[in-house]
Amino acid sequence: MSFKRFFAVLKARNLEFWRDRSSLAWNLIFPVLLVAGFALVFSNDPKAEYKIGVLQQAATVDIAANPLLATKYLEFVPFADESIALEKLRHHQLDLLIDLSQNRYWQNERSAKGYLVEKILLPQMPDATRLAVTGESIRYVDWALPGILGMNMMFSCLFGVGYVLVRYRKSSVLKRLQATPLSAFEFVSAQVVSRLLIVLVIASSIYFACDAVFDFMMLGSYWHLLLVTLLGASAMISLGLLIASRTRSEELTGGLLNMASWPMMILSGVWFSLDGAPKALQYFADILPLTHLVAAARAVMIDGADLSAISYHLAALALMTTVFLASGAWLFRWQGDGR
Amino acid sequence: MAVVLEVRDLRKSYGELVAVNGISFAVQQGQCFGLLGPNGAGKTTTMEMLEGLVTADSGDILYQGRIATRSDFQQLGVQFQQTALQDFLTVKETLQLFAAFYDEPADIDELIQLCDLSEFLLQDHRKLSGGQRQRLLLALALVNQPKILFLDEPTTGLDPHGRRNFWQLITTIKGQGRTIVLTTHYMDEAEFLCDEIVIMAKGQIIARNSPQALLAEHFNGALIRLPDRGMQPNVPAEQWHLTNGFLHINSLDVEASIRQLLAEGFSLEGLFIKSANLDDLFLKLTGQSLSANEVGDKS
Repeated sequence: MSFKRFFAVLKARNLEFWRDRSSLAWNLIFPVLLVAGFALVFSNDPKAEYKIGVLQQAATVDIAANPLLATKYLEFVPFADESIALEKLRHHQLDLLIDLSQNRYWQNERSAKGYLVEKILLPQMPDATRLAVTGESIRYVDWALPGILGMNMMFSCLFGVGYVLVRYRKSSVLKRLQATPLSAFEFVSAQVVSRLLIVLVIASSIYFACDAVFDFMMLGSYWHLLLVTLLGASAMISLGLLIASRTRSEELTGGLLNMASWPMMILSGVWFSLDGAPKALQYFADILPLTHLVAAARAVMIDGADLSAISYHLAALALMTTVFLASGAWLFRWQGDGR
Repeated sequence: MAVVLEVRDLRKSYGELVAVNGISFAVQQGQCFGLLGPNGAGKTTTMEMLEGLVTADSGDILYQGRIATRSDFQQLGVQFQQTALQDFLTVKETLQLFAAFYDEPADIDELIQLCDLSEFLLQDHRKLSGGQRQRLLLALALVNQPKILFLDEPTTGLDPHGRRNFWQLITTIKGQGRTIVLTTHYMDEAEFLCDEIVIMAKGQIIARNSPQALLAEHFNGALIRLPDRGMQPNVPAEQWHLTNGFLHINSLDVEASIRQLLAEGFSLEGLFIKSANLDDLFLKLTGQSLSANEVGDKS
């Protein structure tokens, strides 16, 4: 491994990315569009609105059953499962949880809205037993952000590396490099590091821009989040390199990259949890790098997880990076077609 | 002179297609060695095997008398027929990128001067003219101070002035004692630059010698060309042939031949007389004109 050659390729690739104005503009505009989209979707989220969970088996709340449920300007949401309802109360997705059959209610003592709702309802439930839960507030946007950022990174990693490599190969840039002492590993490593820097800059810009607008929940360490981001991006860049390791066809590469990205977009917990899904599907999701990236990032941001709590995900991402990068370098062909 | 490159019974097939079929030759140090042939002759495949980019099915490639290794291939200077470079880099950055690949690169400033790159040094290499681009590619081929330089169709696409300039550059480089192996479609280029040529057809070598020796071997006197009007001259069969609608006669005595043609009733309208050149030799050996071949041989 010659670092002189490695850094020469790294510099050239970064210059190429920086000077490709159309691509650069898109990479800068896209985060802005993403932030704007977030702002539009979640613009009503902070509006004060009292949401009260009702423990009951029926799927709808029967207003006639109790005059309390007819209180204006309060939204009553039925819950059959107490633990789920308590989790939502803990994360401030509910302001209060009531159990009319047992004449008791739960309040999140760290919730200002919970305090106000209690004051409104207490005169109507004077004998009710009061139970307390504690927890940090969490909004959907807090839950969704790690997934959306991860998904954006995934596309940048897979397509940013895969297509560039195939373009180089097809236009014979790689053929010319092959006639130099540059090794496949040096070239491939430089591509990984270059894309890693690009992805980090873009992901950070999206994160901090969105944070300025939405004030995300971030309970964990930024260093831990950076580590998760680095390992996750490395794994997905290496996967992109592996996919584009020897083909000259942009069409085939596009198909293969889509084949890798779509399952990750759907099954990696970006939009919804796979809890309750068939076990086989959960096992499959576990071998996708985005699953571990999103899970670890959520754990750090929402639960304030430390390194030991996310060590499984970090180890999985490190293993994937090693396997994908080694396989990609081994399978790598400068010219394709078996040359 | 010492042999710097030797090829023994080299073969390469792509499936059913035999691209190179058992060729052997040797190149002397300081020589300009030309590989000539039509599209599909196997020139580029031969070059790529010599450059270590394609593995031969069988046969040996020897540099300085030893079987070639990856280290030998990395010491070569190469200019491909179609070379793409990394986009968005200036000429100088491209030179610096390639120089960084080698432990002992050439002095960049000297290369800039030698290849006359100073006027467009800070320009994006994609905006260069054909001649400027070829000079940059040549500079890249020289960036590792190679003893042997491979040039595959180096002047294809250049105008006559650009080709002449490039020839002068090659002559200068050759004067530095470097060995040059080049392929070309241009017979005048081969005659001007090459000390020795091999002519390839269908993966095999069909002629090999210096351009002058080959011409002397195959032609005497001058070539007479007349439009084909369906008549055959009364001369030995090996001295005439019909190609592309013309009657070609290899004449030892032009005046006597013309008198004979008039006596046999030939019209001299459209008569053309010239000394034989490599194109005529190629025409004679392969039945087709090399200069008429489409450029961009990918064989």
